[in-house]
Order: sequence, then C-alpha cells, then structure tokens
Amino acid sequence: MDQGIMNLETLWFVLIAVLWIGFFFLEGFDFGVGILLPFIGKDDTDRRVMINTIGPTWDGNEVWLLTAGGAMFAAFPEWYATMFSGFYLALFLVLIALIVRGVAFEYRSKHPTSEWRTMWDGAIFFGSAVPALLFGVAFGNLVRGLEIDAAGEYVGGFWALLNPYSLLVGVTSLALFTLHGALFLSMKAEGDVRDRASAATKPLSIAATGVMAIAMIWSYIQAESGVIPGLLPIAAVALLGVVIWLVRSQMFGWAFVFTGLTIVTVVAAIFIGMYPNVMTSTIDPSYSLTVFNASSTTMTLRIMTVVALIFVPIVLGYQTWSYWVFRKRVGREDVPASTH
Amino acid sequence: MEDLALLLARWQFGIVTVYHWLFVPITLGITWMVAIMETSWVRTKNPVYLRMAKFWGKLMLINFAIGVVTGIVQEFQFGMNWSTYSRFVGDIFGAPLAIEALLAFFIESTFLGLWIFGWKKLSPKVHVFTIWMVAFGTMASAFWILLAGSWMQYPVGYVLNPVTGRAEMANFLEIVTSKVLWAHFPHTIFVGFATAGALILGVSAWHLMRHQHMEIMRKSAAFASVALLVGSLGVALTGHWMGQVMVEVQPMKMAAAEALWDDEQPASFSLFAVGDKENNRNAINIAIPRGLSLLACNNLDCEVKGINTLQAEMVEKHGPGDYIPNLFVTYWGFRIMVGAGSLMVLLGAIGVWFHLRGKLGEHWWFLKLALWVGIAAAFIGNATGWIFTEMGRQPWVVYEVLLTEGSNSPTVPAGWVWISLVGYSVLYGLLAIPAVYLFVKFAKAGPGEENDNEDVAASMVY
Repeated sequence: MDQGIMNLETLWFVLIAVLWIGFFFLEGFDFGVGILLPFIGKDDTDRRVMINTIGPTWDGNEVWLLTAGGAMFAAFPEWYATMFSGFYLALFLVLIALIVRGVAFEYRSKHPTSEWRTMWDGAIFFGSAVPALLFGVAFGNLVRGLEIDAAGEYVGGFWALLNPYSLLVGVTSLALFTLHGALFLSMKAEGDVRDRASAATKPLSIAATGVMAIAMIWSYIQAESGVIPGLLPIAAVALLGVVIWLVRSQMFGWAFVFTGLTIVTVVAAIFIGMYPNVMTSTIDPSYSLTVFNASSTTMTLRIMTVVALIFVPIVLGYQTWSYWVFRKRVGREDVPASTH
Repeated sequence: MEDLALLLARWQFGIVTVYHWLFVPITLGITWMVAIMETSWVRTKNPVYLRMAKFWGKLMLINFAIGVVTGIVQEFQFGMNWSTYSRFVGDIFGAPLAIEALLAFFIESTFLGLWIFGWKKLSPKVHVFTIWMVAFGTMASAFWILLAGSWMQYPVGYVLNPVTGRAEMANFLEIVTSKVLWAHFPHTIFVGFATAGALILGVSAWHLMRHQHMEIMRKSAAFASVALLVGSLGVALTGHWMGQVMVEVQPMKMAAAEALWDDEQPASFSLFAVGDKENNRNAINIAIPRGLSLLACNNLDCEVKGINTLQAEMVEKHGPGDYIPNLFVTYWGFRIMVGAGSLMVLLGAIGVWFHLRGKLGEHWWFLKLALWVGIAAAFIGNATGWIFTEMGRQPWVVYEVLLTEGSNSPTVPAGWVWISLVGYSVLYGLLAIPAVYLFVKFAKAGPGEENDNEDVAASMVY
C-alpha cells in the first residue's frame, strides 16, 4: 500500500536511522580506539593516553545506542520485539561486551598492578571489537532479509545469522570503525600514540576500502532477495577511497570527516534501501515488517515527536559543548604520575 | 519446554533487575550529596568540602560504573526475552524508555564525563553545575522508568484495541499523573537519599572508630545522618501512602503481604505467620488487632478483603486460574523491607541526635551499628522492597490486563535463555568482586590532601 512519505511512521524511521548514524559515527571511533589499544598502546601511559582521548565522551556516545533501542521500542514495537528476540544470542554477546568495556574504562586505572590493568585492557579490546563486528553482522542480515514468518516472528535460528554475506558486512564495520578510531587518535593524541595511529591509517584505509568494495558488489548481486541498494553504496566506497588519498597526504582531520561521511552514507543506504520495510521476510515478501504494520499508534508517535523536537537539539547542544571542552590533544604529560 | 523458557526468563529478569537495583539507589542519593558538598566548597572555598566532594565522588564513580552498564541490559531485555509483552505494551511502555534515554541518560553520561575530566578545564561554578546536572539526570531517569513500571502495576490511560490485539495509548496525561507513579517516584527518591546516607554514615563510622580524618568524617557523618533520617522517614511515609493506594488498586498484593486469607473487619496486622496453602489459611498467625485496618484506611474498623475473596473475584472476572502471588515471598519480603526501613529511621534519628549534642563519633556501639547494620539494612530493604512489589503483582505482568505466562518470546528456546541467564549471572557475580574491592580500597584510603581543583583533576582522570 502506498502511504507516501509524509507521515509520522516515516519520520520515526528517519529519526531511528539518524540515531543509528549518530551511534556508529560517535561510538565507531571509540570502538576503534579500544580495538587499537593493545597495538598502539606500547606501555601503560600510552594506553591511558588513548583511553583518555575518549574518556569524557564514550559513555555519551553509547547513549545513542540506548536511545535508538528505546525509540525502536516506542515507535515500532513489532520491529523491536522481532529483531531483539531474533538476534538474541548475538545481542547477548554485544551486551556482555558493552558491560565489561564500560566497567573497564572506569576501573582499569584505579589500581596500579599490571595484572589488573592487563585484564581490563583485554576487556576494552574484547568489548570494542565484538560489537564493532556484530553490529555489522546484524545490519548485514537486515539488508539480506530474514526468515520472518506470517506472525512476524524471526524463525531462522542463530546459525543462519552467521551467513557469509553478513559476516563480510561485519568485517567491514570492524575495519571501518578501527580506521575511524585510528584517525580520531591522529587528531586527539600527542606524541608516539599519534604517530603510530597515523601510520596505521594507511594500511587500515586500504583494507577497509577493499572489504567494503567486496561487500558492496555482493550487495548488488544478491539485491533481488533483500533490499534494493541504489547508488549510495557506490558513493560510500568512493568516500572511503578518498580516505586512502587523504591519509597519504597527511590530512587526518579531513580523513576523519570522510570516514564519518562513509558511515553516514552506509547507514543511510541501508535504511533507504529497506524502506518501507524494517525487516524483510525471505519466506514471503508480504510477511515483511514495514514502518506501517510494525508501528505504534499516531498518538504515541505524536507525543514522541514533540519530545524529540524539543530535546534532540538540546542534547546535541550539550554534547557538542562537551567535545568543545575536551578539544585539546591528550599527551603523556596529561596522565598523572600517581597510581590512583 | 515453553514453561522452562518462561521460568528461566523470569529468573533472569529478577536477577539482572535486583542486581541493577543494588547500585542505582546509591547513585540516586550520592550524586545529590556530592553536589551539595562541592557547592559548599564553591561557596565557602573551604578545602575540606572539596576533599569531601572528591572522596565521596570517587566512591560514587565506582558505584556508578556498575549501575550504568547493568542498565544497558534493561533497555534490551524486553525485546529479547519478552517479545510478546513488548508487542502488547510497546505503544505505551516504549515511549517512557525512549524518553528516559533521551532526557536522562544523555544528561547523566555527558555531564558525568565533564565532571570527571573537567576539574581543570571548567571554572568551579560551571564544574559544580555539571554534578547538579548528573543528579538531576538520575532523578529524571528514575521518573521515566517508574512511569513505565507504575503503568504495569496500575494500567491507566489505555484502550485494548481488538484489531491489533494490543494495549494502546489513549491518554498520556492519565499515565503521567497516575497515583501509583506519584507514590512510587517519591518513595524511590527517598530510598536513594536513605541508601546513600546509610553508606556514607557507615564509611565515616569506620574512620571515626580509628580516629582518622576526624574533621571530614564528622562532617560527613552528620550530613549522612540527616540524609538517612529524612530519607528513611520519607520512605516510611510514602511507603504507607503507597500501601493505601495498593489496597485500592491491587488488593491482592496487600492481602498477600498480610497473609490475610479471609475478610476481616476490623483487620489485624500480622507479625509472624506460617501459611497453609493447601487449606487456604494460616497454620500460625501472631497479629496486632486492628493494625491492618489502621494501615489500610487510617481508622480502626474498616474491612480489608482477604485472599480467598479476591481470588474468587478474579476468577469471576478473568476466568479460572490461580491469581494468588507467591505468599512466602510477598509476606516476608514486605516484613523484611519494613523492618530494614524502620532500622534505618532509628539509626538516622540516633545519628542526628548525637550530632546535635556534639557527640557523633564518640559512641562506638553506634559507629559499629552504622557500619555493619546500617549499610546492610539499606541493601536488604531495597532488594526485598523491589522483589515484593514485582512478585506481589504476579501472576500478572500488566495488572489484570496481561499474564506473565505467555508474555515471553515464543521464538527464544530455553537453551538460549539458559545461556544468557548463566552468562549474566556469572558476569555480574564476577564484576561484584572488583567493584567491592575498589570501593573498600578507596573507602579505607580516606580523603586526600587536595587544596584546589588542580589537585583533584590529577587524581580523577582514568
């Protein structure tokens, strides 16, 4: 049924896309910093420098995920229920990862022994790499389509989620976030950490562009079963290709902007491609969950719209302010000598 | 096997929620107390207040970390384990969760980051503003999640849509002004003050017993005693009010809390009972005559309906079934909660009394009680209170609208729930070790010698 695009359901679909974009753009680089922690942080002080580049802001970045989840529940309960129960074990792993990661940031430097810190550094790496991979796998599955039955339930089981295409999308998101994080460190860190991060961006940008190009081509090949990709995926790969050139020219700030634009474009491509579906059924297209059959009532969407219109700008305002307060680079001299 | 999945999902919800709720009340109260301490420093420039703010602030952060990460699970577990529930209530229940994230979580996380890392970068006035924002954010968070929870206890402002087969919002204002919400919310906020008061008093008592950091610990103990007294009195008053609202909206919960099988007029308040569920009566019951009438309706003679009557009414309304919650848990949960709360009122009153006479810190028995009994009472009271209010609503997940049975995810097999149940339990258990270890370590280390915000800045970053 054609309902046009000027309706609250579509507005909330767009808003949820924006929340996921915000989450991947922001938490993307702090996942990247966590993934690079054991490779770029050669000693304890290095690692503290790395963590402190994201220290004041990682938690605020993560709230974009919680808001996206909450907004899906509020605006599209059927989507929330089907997706979160269907991706059960994968989401469980993501939650475990986010739990240990959050605690690790707060606790690792509060005790001086190297066993203690090595343990939490491991938790930060694991807690960053697992979600960076699995969010890609999840979105790969959304693109590919899922076994949704007539009742709107996902019935494909766990192993079907780990199909080659979705795993490739997962590897792509892992590579992209790692690159995004390396570029962030090039901008925010000082000294050795900055130099090592800058050096890492060259191979990372080539690797990320490579896997993303393969994933893009694959998306077009399998397009008939899932969503129609349009031209945005090509644009995303092109944007990432520019990053290869930018890092060679030592323009790391611009390169960061371009990995950011790549993230925006990829997520936008996925959401635009899916629309009006939110979960495409591979059993029968008519079983697909759409923005219209999965949504809340107009009254709920209206209330949510008013709340969002008032508070999203305020949130953006103070979050931007916090980035402004911590705009200075972090170096070894910023890490206190005392143990706690 | 469906029943096993349901049972495991219920255990999981209970474990992750009660665990989360061990840390959250501390956060609710301690953020305000640290904000007040730092404000005192900004106003008086007396470094003692700065040292207090920093010392208690560090303990706040150790607690906050676990509270935050265990909160993530709360946002997603409805969809994971309770997809049928989520579909049924999403139109009403989802909005407060989303609003909580947008209004509260962003404030808490962003301003806490500014507070931790901003000691040197922000002026003292702006810096103290950030901790006030955190305190405000935690309150906003409590409000919205309790709005969602209160609706499950007392569904209002909705219609059942026969076409979609779900509960849909009809009147948002009715949900926001629900009398259960406005009993739950102040009750919870007072719980936060009482809990943080008990914790700060207990830790201060440990130092006072050792005659160390006397000035800071005396001040902290006095402040904490006031918070404990005001908080626990508030808890008692709002709890009493909540009980009266519950007699009206969920009479079964209150009858179960009293193990009151048959209607009584006047109704007596049970002190100790041993149930005999086979015969729908108590084998033993020691009770205060007219006590329950007084609690339920503020007079000595009103009639209070018993479990047997209420069960019969429910069967008539909703068809055959067992509508009686677990009596052992509700009866003892209620008593332990009230007992722990009363103990806290008493401790707070003694603390304030000693403080007014300038003798806080001289009575060892009081310091020992504050350390070993006060903190424990807070945790036990919080856990049992939560379990009582949730278990007392059973077998309903949304009271008289949706049964817990059948609300779980039909596509999630018991094996998956086993994995996540064991996974969360083991992880939460393990995380308690570093959390308690760090808390004790920093609590014992005592406050530092910081004289200005630059000194504090160095010890706050990761």
